[in-house]
Amino acid sequence: MHLKHALKDALLVGVLALLLFLPMTGIALAENYSFNARLHVPFLLAGMVMLGRFIFSYALHTYHSRQWVKRLIHREDRPRFILRPQRHWILLILFIFGLVLPFTLSNYGLNTAILALIYVLLGLGLNIVVGLAGLLDLGFVAFYAVGAYTFALGGQYFGLGFWGAIPVAAAIAALCGVLLGFPVLRLHGDYLAIVTLGFGEIIRLILTNWIEVTGGPNGVQVPTLQVFGFEFTRIAKAGGVPIHEYLGVAYSTAYRYWFLYLVLFLVVCAMIFVLNRLRSLPIGRAWEALREDEIACRSLGINPVTVKLSAFSMGAMVGGVAGVFFAAQQGFINPTSFTFFESALILAIVVLGGMGSTLGVVLAAIVLTLLPEVLREFSQYRIVLFGGLMVLMMVWRPRGFISLQRRQFEGAA
Amino acid sequence: MTAYILAQQLVNGVVLGAIYGLIAVGYTMVYGIMGMINFAHSEIYMLSAYLSTIVLAVLVYWGIQSPLVLILLTLGVAMSMTALYGWVIERLAYRPLRDAPRLAPLISAIGISLILQSYAVLTQGAKTKGIPTFIEGVTRFGDAVNNVQISNIQVLILIIALCSMVALNFIIQHTAFGQACRATQQDRGMAEILGINTDKVISLVFVIGSAMAAVAGLLVTMNYGSFDFNIGFVMGVKAFTAAVLGGIGSLTGAMLGGIILGVSESLFAGLVNSDYKDVFAFSLLVIFLIFRPSGLLGKPEVEKV
Amino acid sequence: MDKSFFSLQEVESSYGRLPVLHKVSLQVQQGEIVTLIGANGAGKTSLLMTIFGNPRATHGHIYWQGKDIAHLPTHHIAGLGIALVPEGRRIFPAMTVAENLAMGGRNSVYASVDLEKILEMFPRLKERFKQRAGTLSGGEQQMLAIGRALMSRPQLLLLDEPSLGLAPLIVKQLFEILEEIAKQGMTIFLVEQNANHALKLADRAYVLVNGQIELSGTGAELLDNPEVKRAYLGSL
Repeated sequence: MHLKHALKDALLVGVLALLLFLPMTGIALAENYSFNARLHVPFLLAGMVMLGRFIFSYALHTYHSRQWVKRLIHREDRPRFILRPQRHWILLILFIFGLVLPFTLSNYGLNTAILALIYVLLGLGLNIVVGLAGLLDLGFVAFYAVGAYTFALGGQYFGLGFWGAIPVAAAIAALCGVLLGFPVLRLHGDYLAIVTLGFGEIIRLILTNWIEVTGGPNGVQVPTLQVFGFEFTRIAKAGGVPIHEYLGVAYSTAYRYWFLYLVLFLVVCAMIFVLNRLRSLPIGRAWEALREDEIACRSLGINPVTVKLSAFSMGAMVGGVAGVFFAAQQGFINPTSFTFFESALILAIVVLGGMGSTLGVVLAAIVLTLLPEVLREFSQYRIVLFGGLMVLMMVWRPRGFISLQRRQFEGAA
Repeated sequence: MTAYILAQQLVNGVVLGAIYGLIAVGYTMVYGIMGMINFAHSEIYMLSAYLSTIVLAVLVYWGIQSPLVLILLTLGVAMSMTALYGWVIERLAYRPLRDAPRLAPLISAIGISLILQSYAVLTQGAKTKGIPTFIEGVTRFGDAVNNVQISNIQVLILIIALCSMVALNFIIQHTAFGQACRATQQDRGMAEILGINTDKVISLVFVIGSAMAAVAGLLVTMNYGSFDFNIGFVMGVKAFTAAVLGGIGSLTGAMLGGIILGVSESLFAGLVNSDYKDVFAFSLLVIFLIFRPSGLLGKPEVEKV
Repeated sequence: MDKSFFSLQEVESSYGRLPVLHKVSLQVQQGEIVTLIGANGAGKTSLLMTIFGNPRATHGHIYWQGKDIAHLPTHHIAGLGIALVPEGRRIFPAMTVAENLAMGGRNSVYASVDLEKILEMFPRLKERFKQRAGTLSGGEQQMLAIGRALMSRPQLLLLDEPSLGLAPLIVKQLFEILEEIAKQGMTIFLVEQNANHALKLADRAYVLVNGQIELSGTGAELLDNPEVKRAYLGSL
């Protein structure tokens, strides 16, 4: 009885999947009107879907498995595993591990590590806006671009160096955050999302088309990295002293990466620390209150205007700083690195990290950056995977993991 | 700057606007009935470009030559297939999130958008696809130097778009289903109490919106002859802008908004600067959403507390 | 199995984690007018909405003509012959009077015939037939809501505080109309804050306090009941 139902169910789903997959996967378009038929593919895929559905309908509907699934889906407010006193030791170990890591990696590994850290930073920044304050900013990549171009153009026109670029980019990005946040204050969820998307695209289009200033699609060269007059190049390029000459060691391209990595790592750690502190300060609470219910916020006397602006500018600032590191790492930037797709990617990091959970975002950023490198053969499926995980995440945990992380009420208010 | 150049821009703009309108309809109906921007809608449009081309390729392979038959068959099949995609997406990614917080269906939609784009790349490759034009011919008004021309494809686009809009409008205004749609849009709970299965209504709205986007996909493919997996994004934002211009939630608004956007974008591109025409369109979106979210044709609404 | 026309038996329901109905039991026989009175927040509207499954009853049964309907999807209820005139009227503001009435009669073969009768009963609606419902006055909207409900030829008419926000003269007219409808054989379950009118009209009544039925009796009995008088009939 049950078996028959499950079979019928699976069959229907299989036919549906076949209809869906048949044109796109079964027929590959070639020149003009010609095509290559690969009819076995949709049948294979439909078969897999049918099997999966059958297992789902049949096996997962016995009493025990249903209970198991129910517990999985409805598991709310269970305290996380990290015990308080041991937590500090774990963090210390991780910190030391992070400091030592670069010296054990190849250049390729270093590049990946730096990229991962940049995405961690980006994720943390967007997390403030989306995860904590609940504002869906789809143009976050604009702040990233602002930071990167501030360094690049600042170096080109004003001789801005690396150390100078970080605070300047942070400030300019934060300003942009306020400028963006101000007009969109009154907008609610959906409209906010698409307006920020519009802004992000406008920035990118201007960067692409304003060739006189930004170099357009050809991009801008980033100034050579200089630290206290030392450079990381084989021969001095910008009037400084190559560091390997100064230290009397052999030249290695790794030095530049070590430097970038370490500075970035420290910045990321500092950011994580600051963000955790902020969560328990009034401003962090205000962000979460805004996320839960804006109207209630207002009636409590919390001014949603300042809260939104603070979220936007803090997130923007972090994004801007990430942009500086990106520019420093790449040595050369152009607008193609700052498309909506990047914004979607960073959003995926925040979403998969649990929307509001700092640890989650860090993990998600690392995994999402490392995964395509580790699983080379599957890297083309990366985007489908991200998208699919995003959808699954929303269906499973639309509020993210934040409710699990909220510290319990300790003592008197 | 002669009247001919202006007129040409107008012609191009109206044709462009017809396409915007067809896609805007999907956005406006879904927003009206669910209060949500269906970010994946533009990828449905992109998908239909591929689907239409595939159907065309198969039909040509089977020896069908007549342009009329090709168009009608392709339209029918592509619309059905695209509608099926729309239906499945709604069931899988949006319906489970009916009662979830506001951000959830949005994020889900973005996820679907990513899936569909990579689906196109994985199954068909990232290279631009093209089809040879099978409808030739241009009508010219004026002489060899100063003229306004409208190609037969453009005329076809206008006709098909117009017919689709008229059909859709009829459905919404004069059928029981359309009645159910409007009721669900205005008060979903009450519609349920009156016996309307609003889940089905919402599903059908997605299906219809997708079908209209499918028409747009076919028309665009015929007009420009080429496409890739990326055509959805910019088109989507512009079509949504059109929906906003005409007053979000209003069907006729979406159609008119499309024309308005198409014409103004065309005029801007022709008379001011064609490199920045996308910036122009996006800026319109931003300006209207910030200062006049009810659009040009809609009525300002009070936010219900 | 239950013999009554319509009854609730030990029904409980909640909004999320907040319980609103506690073991509510009541009965309505065919052709009766039964009223449920209670203060604001007692759960009267919740009770009516629970009948429609939104929120769904967590315990108990809702019997309609012998069948338990507590677990049916909301949109199935209307087809069983139950119509609701909801709190706040909830007419469709962007539709015309004509369209609103048509919404009620969408599944009825007698729609055009009933339309005539309803327009006779509510001449104001006939005057404003092509007007947008959102532009009608409160009283007219109430008439429209009742008319819309009647269009489906229900066997049970539920009303949620129809007198709310209406001028006394309109309220009087309203109850006269309800009496007329009842005379024609309709079974009415009326939820009201205006206890005076409701108890005078009703055959039987229940009193709902904090989600529980505290009192029941005939309309006349409760009108004379000192507790009822003190709590609900004082300010008249």
